[in-house]
Amino acid sequence: MKSLRKLIDNNKPHFQKGGKLAKFGSTFVAIEAFLFTPNHTSKTGVHIHDAIDLKRTMTVVILALVPALLFGSWNIGYQNGLAFGIERGIPENFMFGFLKILPLIIVSYGVGLGIEFISAQIRGHEVNEGFLVTGILIPLILPVNIPLWMVALAVAFAVIFGKEIFGGTGYNIMNVALVARAFLFFAYPSKMSGDAVWIYDLPTKVPVDGFSGATPLAQLAQGASSKMASFYDMFMGFIPGSIGETSTLAILIGAAILIFTGIASWKIMLSTVFGALAIGILCNLLAVNEYMALPPYYHLVMGGFAFGAVFMATDPVTAAHTEKGKWIYGFMIGAFAVTIRVFNPAYPEGMMLAILLMNIWSPLIDYFVIESHIKRRLKRAKLKANA
Amino acid sequence: MSKVIRLKRGLNIHLIGEAEKILATSIEAEQFAIKPTDFPGLAPKILVKAGQLVKAGEPVFFDKNNPDILFTAPVSGEVLEIKRGERRKVLEIIIRSDGKNDSVEYSKADPQKLSRDEIKGQLISSGLWPFLKQRPYGTVAKPGSSPLHIFISGFDSAPLAPDYEFILKGQDSVFQTGINALAKLTDGRIHVGIRPEQENGFFSGIKNIEITQFSGPHPAGNVGIQIHHINPINKGDLIWTISPQEVIYIGRLFETGKIDLKKIIAFTGSEVKSPKYYQVIHGTNLGVLLQKATKQEGKERFISGNVLTGIRIDAKAYLGFYDQQVTVIPEGDYYEFLGWAMPRLNKFSISRSYFSWLFPKKMYKADSNLNGEERAFVMTGQYEKVLPMDILPVYLMKAIIADDLDKMEQLGIYEVIEEDLALCEYVCTSKTEVQRILRDGIHLMIKELGN
Repeated sequence: MKSLRKLIDNNKPHFQKGGKLAKFGSTFVAIEAFLFTPNHTSKTGVHIHDAIDLKRTMTVVILALVPALLFGSWNIGYQNGLAFGIERGIPENFMFGFLKILPLIIVSYGVGLGIEFISAQIRGHEVNEGFLVTGILIPLILPVNIPLWMVALAVAFAVIFGKEIFGGTGYNIMNVALVARAFLFFAYPSKMSGDAVWIYDLPTKVPVDGFSGATPLAQLAQGASSKMASFYDMFMGFIPGSIGETSTLAILIGAAILIFTGIASWKIMLSTVFGALAIGILCNLLAVNEYMALPPYYHLVMGGFAFGAVFMATDPVTAAHTEKGKWIYGFMIGAFAVTIRVFNPAYPEGMMLAILLMNIWSPLIDYFVIESHIKRRLKRAKLKANA
Repeated sequence: MSKVIRLKRGLNIHLIGEAEKILATSIEAEQFAIKPTDFPGLAPKILVKAGQLVKAGEPVFFDKNNPDILFTAPVSGEVLEIKRGERRKVLEIIIRSDGKNDSVEYSKADPQKLSRDEIKGQLISSGLWPFLKQRPYGTVAKPGSSPLHIFISGFDSAPLAPDYEFILKGQDSVFQTGINALAKLTDGRIHVGIRPEQENGFFSGIKNIEITQFSGPHPAGNVGIQIHHINPINKGDLIWTISPQEVIYIGRLFETGKIDLKKIIAFTGSEVKSPKYYQVIHGTNLGVLLQKATKQEGKERFISGNVLTGIRIDAKAYLGFYDQQVTVIPEGDYYEFLGWAMPRLNKFSISRSYFSWLFPKKMYKADSNLNGEERAFVMTGQYEKVLPMDILPVYLMKAIIADDLDKMEQLGIYEVIEEDLALCEYVCTSKTEVQRILRDGIHLMIKELGN
C-alpha cells in the first residue's frame, strides 16, 4: 500500500496543472480517488462527515444487482439447454451464460467509462461514479444475442445524449441505461424483440420441436396464454427474457439490500407495485380479452416490471425528488407500464417506456408538490395573521 | 405540566470525549479578545487604540451598519493589539487583563421596576446587547425593534454539548433577574424549550417563562427548531433568541451593576486528555488550555463550538462570542486505501451501507476527513430525515444557488440559520457545503431586502 501511495505521490505533479501530462489530470484523479479515499478535510461548515459517499452508494447498488446477474448467467445456459435439448448441470449452465454476458459487460464499461473520462477531462471536472451502476445495468436489460457493436453504439449514445450534454451525473433527465435500451429498441427492433433474440444461438440453429423462445409477455400478446409459463416459473425466473430481468426472486433480494441500506426509495418501489395492481384490477373488471383478464399480480413477475421498479424507477436523479412526489411518480410508472402492455400490442414491454415517460414528468410532479408546500406555508402565515 | 413536542427526525452522533460533570480548576488566561468576525455581516468601527487602558464594559467598537450596538471589553486591562487580516479586515481586538476585572459602573436596579427603554439602554451601554440574536437570519437584534417573543433553548443537543443543568446550577436568582429584564423587551412571552428529563430541573423554579418540552434527537435543542414548532416565523415576523448563560450575564448586570462575564464551558473531544468543564471569562484565550489539556498525539483540529457548527481556530486562539464549548478532534488529512469499499467499523454512518447500525451504543472518534469527494446532488430524501421542520431543504438550497429570492422566501429561509441545517451537511453523500450556501443566501436576502 505504501509503495503504491508513493508511486502516486511521485507522479502526481506531472498530472497537475502545468505538468506535462496535465491533459490526463481527471483520469489521474479518478484513479487516485478510486484507490485511496482522498485526504480532503472539511473547509467550511461541519467538521465531521458521514462515512457515506457516492462510491459507497454505487457499490451497494452493484452488490444489489449481483443476484440478478448470477441468476441471469445461469438462465442463459438453462434456456439454451432447453432450446436445443442439451443437459447441463448448474455450474455448467452458469459458466455457459457468464461467458456470454462477460463481453457485454466489458464493452458496456469500456465504452461508457471511456466517454466519461474524456468528457470529464474536456470540462476539467472530476470523473463521476454514475456510470459504475449504469455500466452493469445496461447488459442486464438486453437480450443475450445483441451484437456487441450495437451495445457499444447504444452506450455511447446514452452516455453522450442521455447524460453528458446535460452536465453529467446528477443532471440527467432520463435514466441513462434505459436511454441505451430505448435507442436499441427503436433503432434495431429486430434485435430487441421477437421470439428468437432471448435465447443464445436460437436465431441461427434449429431448436427442439415445440420450442419457441417467446417470452410470456409475447405469448400473451399473441393470445397464446395457454402456453404461458406458470406463476412459479415466472417468479423464479425460468423463462426467456432480458438477461437480468427474469427472476423476480433475485431482484427481490436486490430490493431487500437497497431498502435495508436506505440507498433506494421503498416508496417508489411500493407505489410502482400499487400502480400496476390498480390498473390490473381495473382491466379485470372490464375484461374483454384474455390479456385484460390476466390476474393483476402476474404483471409483477412478468417482463421487466420487477427489475424496472427496483433498479430503474428508483434512480434518484431521474425520479421525483420530493417524498410525496415519489409516491405519485411510482404509482404512475406502474399504471402506465400495465396500460402499455395490455392496450398496445406493438410494445409487449411497457416498463421501459413508462419509466422514461415518468422521468420526463418527474420535475412536473415535484413542481406541484413544491407549490402545494409553499401554499401550505402561506396559509399558515395567513391563519396566524387572522388569529 | 408543560406541553410535550415529540420530534422524530434528526440524528445523535455519538462521539468520544464528552465532558465529565466536574468543574476543573480554572486555567487563568492573560489575554482576551473580541472578534468582529463572530458576527456575520458586521462592519466594525474601532474605538480604541493599542496601549489604551480599558475597563470591562468599555466600548471597543461598534457596527457601522447599526451604530447603536456597542461591543465592549470583557475584562479590564490594556488593549494589546488590533489584529487585522487581508485588506485590513479587523480580526481580533486583544486585551491583556490586569486581573482586577474593574467594571464600568452601571445602575443596580430591579428590572421589574425599570422601563423597556431603561433596560435597553443599560444592555446597550454595557455591551450585553449583542447576545440577543434575531430570527430571521440569526444576526444581532435591532435595538429599535420589538420581537413577538423571546426564545431560549434550555438544552443543547449537539454532539458533546455541555449539560445546561450542570452549568446553570445554583444560579437561579440571577437567571430570574435576567429573565425579568428580558420580559420587558417583548409584548409576547419568553419561551424556554427543555428536555422531558429536565421537568423538575433548573427551569422548573423560574417564573415568567413558558416551558415547552422537546423530546427526540439533535437538532431538538436548536432554538430554531423549537421556534418552528411553537411560533413558526412567517414573512415580517421577528423573534429574538438568547442562550441561558447569557441571560445570567444580564441578571448579574442588574443585580450588581457590574459587567461579570464568567461562564462555564465544556472542553470536549476525543483528543482531550480528560474532558471536563472549565470556568472562563468571555472571549478568553484558549492557548494554555489547548496546550495543557490535549493529548497532542498527532495533528489536531481545534474548534470553538461543536463539531457541526463550530469555527476552526488555531492553537493560540480565542473563544467565540456565543460559544460555550471547545472541541478537539483529530485532523483527517490522510489517505485511506480503497476507503469506500472497506467495512470501516470505526466510522459512523447514518446509512446502513456501513455497520454502525449494528452498534447503536458505540462511541466514535470522528476526524475531519470528508470521507469522499464533492459531487453534484444525486441522492434525495437524505436531508429531510435529519431536519424536523416543515421545510424542503434541498429545494431551499437550490433556490439559494439560483439566487432566487422569491423562492428562498417561500421555501422558508426566514426560519433557518446554519446550525439548523448542519446535520443535512453532515449526512450529505455529495458533501455539499450546506451551511456556507445557506449563509450566502442569508447575505443575499439582507443585501436585497434589508435586515
